[in-house]
Amino acid sequence: MDKLYEFLSGPGLWIAFIVFGLGLIIRLTVLLSISREKDKPFWDHRDAGWALRSVFHWLVPWASASLRNQPFFAAVIFIFHVCWIGVPLFLQAHNMLFEEAFGWSLPVLSEGLAEILTLVVIGCGVFFIVRRLARAEVRILTSAWDWFLLLLALSPFVTGWLAFRQYGPYDLMLNLHILLSEILLVIIPFSKLAHVLLFFFSRTAIGFEFGARRGARVW
Amino acid sequence: MSEAALDTAPEKAPAPPKPVDVKKIQAILQANDGARLRTWLSICSRCGLCAESCFFYLAKNKDPKLSPVYKAKVSLGVMQRKKGKVSREFLENLVDVIWGQCTTCRRCAMYCPFGIDIATMIAVARAVCNSQGVGPARLLEVTENIRTTGNQMAMASEDFVETCEWMAEEYGETVRGLEIPVDKKGADYMYTVNPREPMYYPQDMGMAAQIFHVAGLNWTVPSVGWDSTNLAMFAGNKAVATMPVKAMYDKALELGAKAILITECGHAYRSAKYEGPYWVGAPGGLPPVPVIHSVELFRNLLRDGRIKTKHKFEHPVTYQDPCNVSRNGGLWDVGRELVNMLCGDFRDMSPNREHNHCCGGGGGYIPMGAPFKKRRMESGRVKAEQIKATGAKYVIVPCHNCFDQINDLNKEYELGVKVVSFKEIITELMVIPEQFQPMEEEEGAQAQAEAQQEVAEEARQEAGEVQGS
Repeated sequence: MDKLYEFLSGPGLWIAFIVFGLGLIIRLTVLLSISREKDKPFWDHRDAGWALRSVFHWLVPWASASLRNQPFFAAVIFIFHVCWIGVPLFLQAHNMLFEEAFGWSLPVLSEGLAEILTLVVIGCGVFFIVRRLARAEVRILTSAWDWFLLLLALSPFVTGWLAFRQYGPYDLMLNLHILLSEILLVIIPFSKLAHVLLFFFSRTAIGFEFGARRGARVW
Repeated sequence: MSEAALDTAPEKAPAPPKPVDVKKIQAILQANDGARLRTWLSICSRCGLCAESCFFYLAKNKDPKLSPVYKAKVSLGVMQRKKGKVSREFLENLVDVIWGQCTTCRRCAMYCPFGIDIATMIAVARAVCNSQGVGPARLLEVTENIRTTGNQMAMASEDFVETCEWMAEEYGETVRGLEIPVDKKGADYMYTVNPREPMYYPQDMGMAAQIFHVAGLNWTVPSVGWDSTNLAMFAGNKAVATMPVKAMYDKALELGAKAILITECGHAYRSAKYEGPYWVGAPGGLPPVPVIHSVELFRNLLRDGRIKTKHKFEHPVTYQDPCNVSRNGGLWDVGRELVNMLCGDFRDMSPNREHNHCCGGGGGYIPMGAPFKKRRMESGRVKAEQIKATGAKYVIVPCHNCFDQINDLNKEYELGVKVVSFKEIITELMVIPEQFQPMEEEEGAQAQAEAQQEVAEEARQEAGEVQGS
């Protein structure tokens, strides 16, 4: 178990971060280079203002007509994303590792708050699962891969919380936590989860197309 | 197959279906496989938020198969996944989805968190079908008309010019000195129309000429390239869609026109101003000559006092935002300014402006004709309810497809409204300055009424002849 932990928290982590970072960079580079030839409207109608407005109105919970149609879902999406990014970044345990590895760290959340926010992420995930099952228009679209990605995206939070609480075998939970997080990082650039980055570009594109070209508000 | 069909089926096996040209399909998929499309296909998170933006979905009891993303998934999604290796049967079955359940109004693009433009994906799927000769029969016929004659109704250039002369003569009785100049060089506006105007509603051209003449506009109509509509665009045939646009641009450049003026038609504007430049490879994605829609010109004429009205239109009116004038044309505020300058009792629909619902007749739906009419009436329920809720008695509609659809909805849902174009309202309210008045005013009013009646009568007869033939 110790050897596994050493690998996962050492080289494994590096590999995951590199695949994650390089994967996203390469994907974006390929897309941008194809776009020069095949997405002329994108380049012809560039406008920073419309790009920013198009992105901004979808980062904030009820700033778009579409999200106002489903206000509760909008709130859950917002909270989920903020916590999903924020909790791992500002977690005390993670920042101790940052300190150890790089000699710097970020401000940290108190243990209690971090635990609450972790449970919030899991709660949001449960809502997504229920919604996916309950709403016919969502259920009909959902494939096994969608279920896998949703569960994978939640898994580090579940295992992290179990390890923190020392429910179940601690070593196993910790190793699972790291392993699943690494699998998640590796899969992000090559799946729909690439929206962590591509969201900004697809929103920019539609901002140019509707806003810069026609003055239409895509929110 | 029903039993009756089995009874009468010939004994020999039916001819094998025409094979599918996979290479051609792959070429279309490849040509459209840009960064946007790839991103859209890969990051869609299946959240289903687009569903509620679609009037097909809303009108049919929220049938999940009518959500925009589902339609994209079963059409272009499958084509991509199978790398173009699809059967003819698959393509033929898709007609019901990509033409029968989508008007490419693009409302869903505004309701997707990632801004995925599903209508553009549907348009690619249409292009794939079209490349194999698959599509609604009427749209394919119309495309053939455009390919062979340059306009969707196969009207000869001489007939068009003759109609212009006829209208100048008829409407010259009410507005003195009125003419419809053909191929005049150096005009400020080259006026292009929907062929149904010269064919079936020539009074539309007469009314436009009255407005332009009274406003003292320096304008002309071209003898070729006068059809600015583009149903080949909706049929998914880019090669043919390019033809009328190019003819129009070329003629405008040849005549040295300062702008191309588009009649009260939605998709003509989208084709000429937004899509056309990319088909002809114009630099910067901009048309070689500025394109302006009638709604904008009329607004300018009224705002600048070049057209004055006797009084405001007093009946309660509402305004239909055609998708390709408002959401896809950016003119929702211009349209409202014009309505407010003309009318005293304007009642807006909800939702409105760029968030309007398609009437259900766009994207080629109206010309698809009888086989699709029942569904067109079903999906139009959303628009019918919107109109009813305003309590308006008149619906101003600056688009021919919306015009027909709302007229049909009017009958189907007993809305009790009258559908009118801006031209009709303006000519009714317009002050005709003294220098344009016929010698005797009473005669003028009488002549106007007579002219309109006469023209409508003749057009009806002609339409009967044409449709009968």
